[in-house]
Amino acid sequence: MARYFTKDHEWLDVDGDTATVGITSYAQEQLGDIVFVETPEAGKSVSQGDDAAVVESVKAASDVYAPASGTVSEGNAALADDPALVNTDPEGEGWFFKMTLSDAGQVSAMMDEAAYKDYVAGL
Amino acid sequence: MSGINASGWKPEMARIEGDAPTTSTGNRALMLEEPLIFEIGSSNTTGVDFADAPTHTSRLGGLERTAEMGIPGLSEAETVRHYTRLSRQNYAIDLGLFPLGSCTMKHNPRLNEKIARMPGFADIHPLQPQDTVQGALGVIDQLAHWLITLTGMTSVAMSPKAGAHGELCGILCIKAALDARGEDRPVVLVPESAHGTNPATAAFAGYKVENIPATPEGRVDLAALKARLGPDIAAVMITNPNTCGLFEPEMKAISDAVHAVGGFVYCDGANFNAIVGRVRPGDLGVDAMHINLHKTFSTPHGGGGPGSGPVVLSEALAPFAPLPFVHRDGGAWRLVEEENVGEDLPHSFGRMTAFHGQMGMFTRALAYIMSHGTDGLKQVAEDAVLNANYVLRSLEDVLDAPFGGSGPCMHEALFSDKGFAEGFTTLDLAKGLIDEGYHPMTMYFPLVVHGAMLIEPTETESKAALDQFIAAMRHVAGQAKAGDEALKGAPYYAPRRRLDETLAARKPILAWAEPAVASGSGNYEKPGGG
Repeated sequence: MARYFTKDHEWLDVDGDTATVGITSYAQEQLGDIVFVETPEAGKSVSQGDDAAVVESVKAASDVYAPASGTVSEGNAALADDPALVNTDPEGEGWFFKMTLSDAGQVSAMMDEAAYKDYVAGL
Repeated sequence: MSGINASGWKPEMARIEGDAPTTSTGNRALMLEEPLIFEIGSSNTTGVDFADAPTHTSRLGGLERTAEMGIPGLSEAETVRHYTRLSRQNYAIDLGLFPLGSCTMKHNPRLNEKIARMPGFADIHPLQPQDTVQGALGVIDQLAHWLITLTGMTSVAMSPKAGAHGELCGILCIKAALDARGEDRPVVLVPESAHGTNPATAAFAGYKVENIPATPEGRVDLAALKARLGPDIAAVMITNPNTCGLFEPEMKAISDAVHAVGGFVYCDGANFNAIVGRVRPGDLGVDAMHINLHKTFSTPHGGGGPGSGPVVLSEALAPFAPLPFVHRDGGAWRLVEEENVGEDLPHSFGRMTAFHGQMGMFTRALAYIMSHGTDGLKQVAEDAVLNANYVLRSLEDVLDAPFGGSGPCMHEALFSDKGFAEGFTTLDLAKGLIDEGYHPMTMYFPLVVHGAMLIEPTETESKAALDQFIAAMRHVAGQAKAGDEALKGAPYYAPRRRLDETLAARKPILAWAEPAVASGSGNYEKPGGG
């Protein structure tokens, strides 16, 4: 399993053709206290860059994009009752959704952890 | 006036010291605590004395209500005191400068109120015979004429009730025009510098929304926009002046490019105050724009009254405007509605409201326009822009102004939280500003600026009022930059200390619940959550 990052501050753990998607620790810090998360339903088909989920904090509401094309297999139901998981464990328990990738090659253009760290440091 | 306090002595302002005794009531002299109306009302009390209802046989077949309605009863004196006490805990434009950016919180002239309360305007009903309300219909028509003239457009839909409602009206006109051409264009482009309601409106109308990035100067990236234009684009929604408080100088080029691919241009007119009397959006190629009468034309906001968002339309969109509207035949006015629309507006997309619009706002707005005249309205825009630039230049040495280098701003000045001490935020500064006696500015918007503070003073404020506000801003900005821990505890002097906004959003209590009496103990429980 390998972890990739996008310029939209999302992470995805890729295992074969399945991926788990969430927002990075940097993203949750920027948003502040998360108060609401809307995750996609299983079976939803998304193209890379489509709106896939919504995250709302005390400061702002933002779309979470599909980092790659594919089909959503599961939304994180725990976030409905406890959106604070995104603040406390953004890159673990606070995952947003799991998906089956239709084009696993798309991840090759994404950043690894070191490259993402450099990217954030440059912001 | 010698002899009357010639020494200039003033009694010392009250201070709330750390060791000040608490009072038995919770009141602090003129700062009065006030429970909810449900907590003080009683179903045994009433403010009116009705004669007993005559006995009658219910015709509801057993469906009549038997339980109490639960409406709190108070005497007139108790009611007046309740709301007066609550109003004293509020901040209002009648109390002081209200710097909320993009909201144009200007003074509501009392002349407007006087006109709106004239019985011929205040005591009429929308279903009255039209020959008994000719004056009111004339007001709608005359205001419509002013709005068309000031914007250089072809027609105006008067019925939308607020800004976002007006946006929806404009987008529905665009949709109807595209339907009439037999075209299915699924995408609406919205620049980052547009108002947040714009993408919501487009999505609500069924369009896919795509962002257009801003340039480092805070304007629409024209090259990025042009690159995205094509036959799938229904419209571009632009806010001008934009939410960075900047004029979009490429507006005409943007409109031309959008029209060249068959799309329409929606302009969010929320910031019209900065250009009224100076710029006609019709000359910039705009096809539809809402006008917030409660911003530019001084009618009250929010709790002070309803909004009103008439939408001016270009020649291309005018045939699709919603019903009803007022038509003048010689010396008389008549309402054009579904029954008689045939010859006047056969392609209207339908109706957005039950009646003709916010009559009380129409009278106020027309009073404002006529009392200012064309020269006065031009000066409104000039003074609003001058005041905003005075604020911008008076604060840019203590607060980071991300677009301060790109020339003058329009009606609002934008700052970021760059330079604040570690751990100090825009929210902290805003809470400190409350203690200084001001309603905070718009915060964390626009999103393109970190920790944004958007300040719109409007033309209402004098230089003296601006100087006081600037001094207060410099003080709290200094605290935020120095990392003054006292700021973290603010507000100290508001009716309530800092509220837990996160808890309120995560676990909102949306309705009052009667406290349950725990059996045997007689203790009250707090109203439940959820």
